[in-house]
Amino acid sequence: MDNTNIINEVTDSEYKYGFVSDIEHDTIAKGLNEDVIRLISSKKEEPEWLLEFRLKAYRHWQKQTMPTWAHLDIPEIDYQDIIYYSAPKQNVKPENGEIDPELKKTFDKLGIPLDEQKVLSGVAFDAVMDSVSVKTTYKDALAERGIIFCSFSEAVRNHPDLVRQYLGTVVPPTDNYFAALNSAVFSDGSFCYIPKGVRCPMELSTYFRINAAKTGQFERTLIVCDDDSYVSYLEGCTAPRRDENQLHAAIVEIVVMNNAEVKYSTVQNWYPGDKEGRGGIYNFVTKRGLCKGVNSRLSWSQVETGSAITWKYPGTVLLGDGSSSEFYSVAVTNNHQQADTGSKMIHIGKNTRSRIVSKGISAGQSQNSYRGLVKVSANADGARNFSQCDSLLLGDRCGAHTFPYVECANNTAVLEHEATTSKIGEDQIFYCNQRGISTEDAVGLIVNGYAKEVLNTLPMEFAVEAQKLLQVSLEGSVG
Amino acid sequence: MEKVSSTAIKNKLTALYRQYSDSIAAGMPAAINRQRESAISQFDEKGLPEKGCERYRFTDIMGAFGHTHGYAIGPQKEQVDSQKAFRCAVPGLDTYTITVGNGWIDTQNGNLPAGVTVTGLAEGAQLHPDIFEANYNRLAATKNDTIISLNTAFARGGLFLYIPDNVVVDKPIQIVNVLSGGNPLMVNQRNLIVAGRGSQAKIVFCDHTLAERQFLLNNVTEVVMLDGSQLDCYSIQNLNDHSSQISSILIEQNAGSQLLANTLTLHGGFVRNNLEVLMNGQHAEANIYGLSLPCGHQHIDNFTYIDHAVPNCTSYELYKNVLNGDSVGAFGGYVLVRPDAQKTNAMQSNKNICISPSARMYTKPQLEIYADDVKCSHGATVGQLDENALFYMRQRGIGEEEAKMMLMSAFAHEVVRTIRIPILADRYAEMIENRLRGKQAACGECFMKCDKR
Repeated sequence: MDNTNIINEVTDSEYKYGFVSDIEHDTIAKGLNEDVIRLISSKKEEPEWLLEFRLKAYRHWQKQTMPTWAHLDIPEIDYQDIIYYSAPKQNVKPENGEIDPELKKTFDKLGIPLDEQKVLSGVAFDAVMDSVSVKTTYKDALAERGIIFCSFSEAVRNHPDLVRQYLGTVVPPTDNYFAALNSAVFSDGSFCYIPKGVRCPMELSTYFRINAAKTGQFERTLIVCDDDSYVSYLEGCTAPRRDENQLHAAIVEIVVMNNAEVKYSTVQNWYPGDKEGRGGIYNFVTKRGLCKGVNSRLSWSQVETGSAITWKYPGTVLLGDGSSSEFYSVAVTNNHQQADTGSKMIHIGKNTRSRIVSKGISAGQSQNSYRGLVKVSANADGARNFSQCDSLLLGDRCGAHTFPYVECANNTAVLEHEATTSKIGEDQIFYCNQRGISTEDAVGLIVNGYAKEVLNTLPMEFAVEAQKLLQVSLEGSVG
Repeated sequence: MEKVSSTAIKNKLTALYRQYSDSIAAGMPAAINRQRESAISQFDEKGLPEKGCERYRFTDIMGAFGHTHGYAIGPQKEQVDSQKAFRCAVPGLDTYTITVGNGWIDTQNGNLPAGVTVTGLAEGAQLHPDIFEANYNRLAATKNDTIISLNTAFARGGLFLYIPDNVVVDKPIQIVNVLSGGNPLMVNQRNLIVAGRGSQAKIVFCDHTLAERQFLLNNVTEVVMLDGSQLDCYSIQNLNDHSSQISSILIEQNAGSQLLANTLTLHGGFVRNNLEVLMNGQHAEANIYGLSLPCGHQHIDNFTYIDHAVPNCTSYELYKNVLNGDSVGAFGGYVLVRPDAQKTNAMQSNKNICISPSARMYTKPQLEIYADDVKCSHGATVGQLDENALFYMRQRGIGEEEAKMMLMSAFAHEVVRTIRIPILADRYAEMIENRLRGKQAACGECFMKCDKR
């Protein structure tokens, strides 16, 4: 079995979204200070309270230091060497529903249909490039049912009360270093409100694209699902291939009210850097949901294949009695990628349930860590958690690590955690070979089976994409 | 009680060392004295582990150091004859018994096999200078733990145990540590155990208090297991509930060595166990077990660190807690598989039962793996007694209390059955049952005049 050759092939697999679109950008100067924040705020024509929110966060950020606890080797980041606002210039009027042909071409190339007529599937998109939302589809169709789905800037203009009511309630600006940074300089993102009793008829999706060089992307997503409502939300992202690193620090806040359900899926495919570890996106994301109402439900599914460094712990605060949350994740690292990711489940309400299924796959010289917290507070009677995190090692120079924290202060809680680390068994490969399946295909088969439990939780269109992505990321890789 | 800061304690202990450094060094061999200065500097520089730091995440070390303790340079004259006072011997257990009073060897029973040495540190350094020089503070110096540094700086009492190559010690060596005296006391005990090539021994450590005082036992034991040696280390911790114990056992396993470590924690107000194993020779095997039964306001934290530095080693860990009252249990398990440590097998399991509503459990099993051809797993559970099992037993006329007791004993049995001294295993089971029934876990004629709990 010529493993070395096959492993080498992996590193040659190309990042297919690495192109740069030639679009004129409205870009501000590098650097970060209060004036920059005021400038961003004025460019977005924001109300005074939002500027205050940003400045407060910025002042708090200045007092903080970069967290060092993660199992990551993060080169020093010069926050003054980043452009905090860059908007692609459009030669048409987006207000009339028109879209710049250049932009459209970019998103077509990425496979994101911005043209409603041509859309095959019932997915509404909000396309965000660098610091602004380019286009949101199906807005009107959704509005008929009272669903608000628009860019964050638009929500601030048109629904300031809703935004003000919920912004920062799940992830306060003081939450952590990157949350403070995002709260100070966030540019665009999506806002989604599902009114009482409405089941959103189509999947809502935001596609994030970094295009401009030297910029950071700081998007903010806020999803509010009112009583008895349901929404399935998808998120995807790509960036051009560049030799320098770019910073991405996002916040996602989700509020789930009584008996409501939110399904949040991510396929993260930022540029991971080349095989020598040059370039790539630094991905520092704070995602948190609040199951506020009784019997509310939040489900996270994520496929993480991109980014040079990933620092991401989607979590749920289970406040409402009987609320439940699930977290399904496949994280793939290759070459010199580093990922420290996992989930947090905070049980506060009675009879709350959570489930964590995390599958890590490391190849090349990458480091892949699972870090999770399950916390049961004293009043969370009958809390139940099951966590499983498995790691698959492909190659002898990579690392797979598991750092779970289980904290229990209630004697009626039942918590279980299990983790395994291994490589693909030679016997498994042998079994496949014996039956005429090449080693290459056998690995694909086994990895696919390994990740199936998570991929099955993704919406159909995403599952297909994720499966392909998994194949590309690990093409031919054998442990 | 007045709150003291950890910096104040650090300054006090550093000042204490500086003031008495001559007396501390007096009569001690150079191998020990030469380590003191860098150790105290490290302690002075870094201080006690901060609350919430990763290594002591669930344990505020001020729980142990927050009281005022005296310190004794040498053995105290007035101390009771622990051999007489201590009648907690396991009936029928024939051992070589060494009693240690406040860190100093008191008496020794039975003639050890030829060549086996059990002495104080100073005598040990004289008898076997090469072995002592080569091994003293070798493992401890590599640990980034200032509580170990503190022990290195103050080390005077303790014992040196040497088992020559290919010697099989026929009976268990029982080391009974008793703490006694009329005043609160800090005891820094330092042990060095070297098991020669192909040697075999079973060591039983029993830690007790003879008085209802606040003792602080800071115990560091370095164990070097040479090629092919086999060691069973049993440890029974039974200090009074006002006392604190920080026990660091640092083990190096060389090729083909086999370790069985079993720690039973019954009483003790604040207990922190650091068990660190360095797998330094191929085909070494470590089986590590622990059982804690805290109640009241006890705080018991077990921390293990298994460093797989070479290929083909196996480690297995099982730690269990049954928590009652307002007790807090913590487990931190760390398994490191270094690059090229292929064919490593590492398993780690932590299972806990919370009996009372206000008991808390924190667990943190961790794996850090840099080699691919390995089988590593860990698991952790927190839960209650199985309701179905309880129901089944009650249906058959077993009272609720008795049924619970049976389930808890069965839960504990998984650890007890690993003991390879049958009489000791029986004794364990009995002590555990007594403990779970809320009785003193010592034998009937125990002299411990403890408060009724």
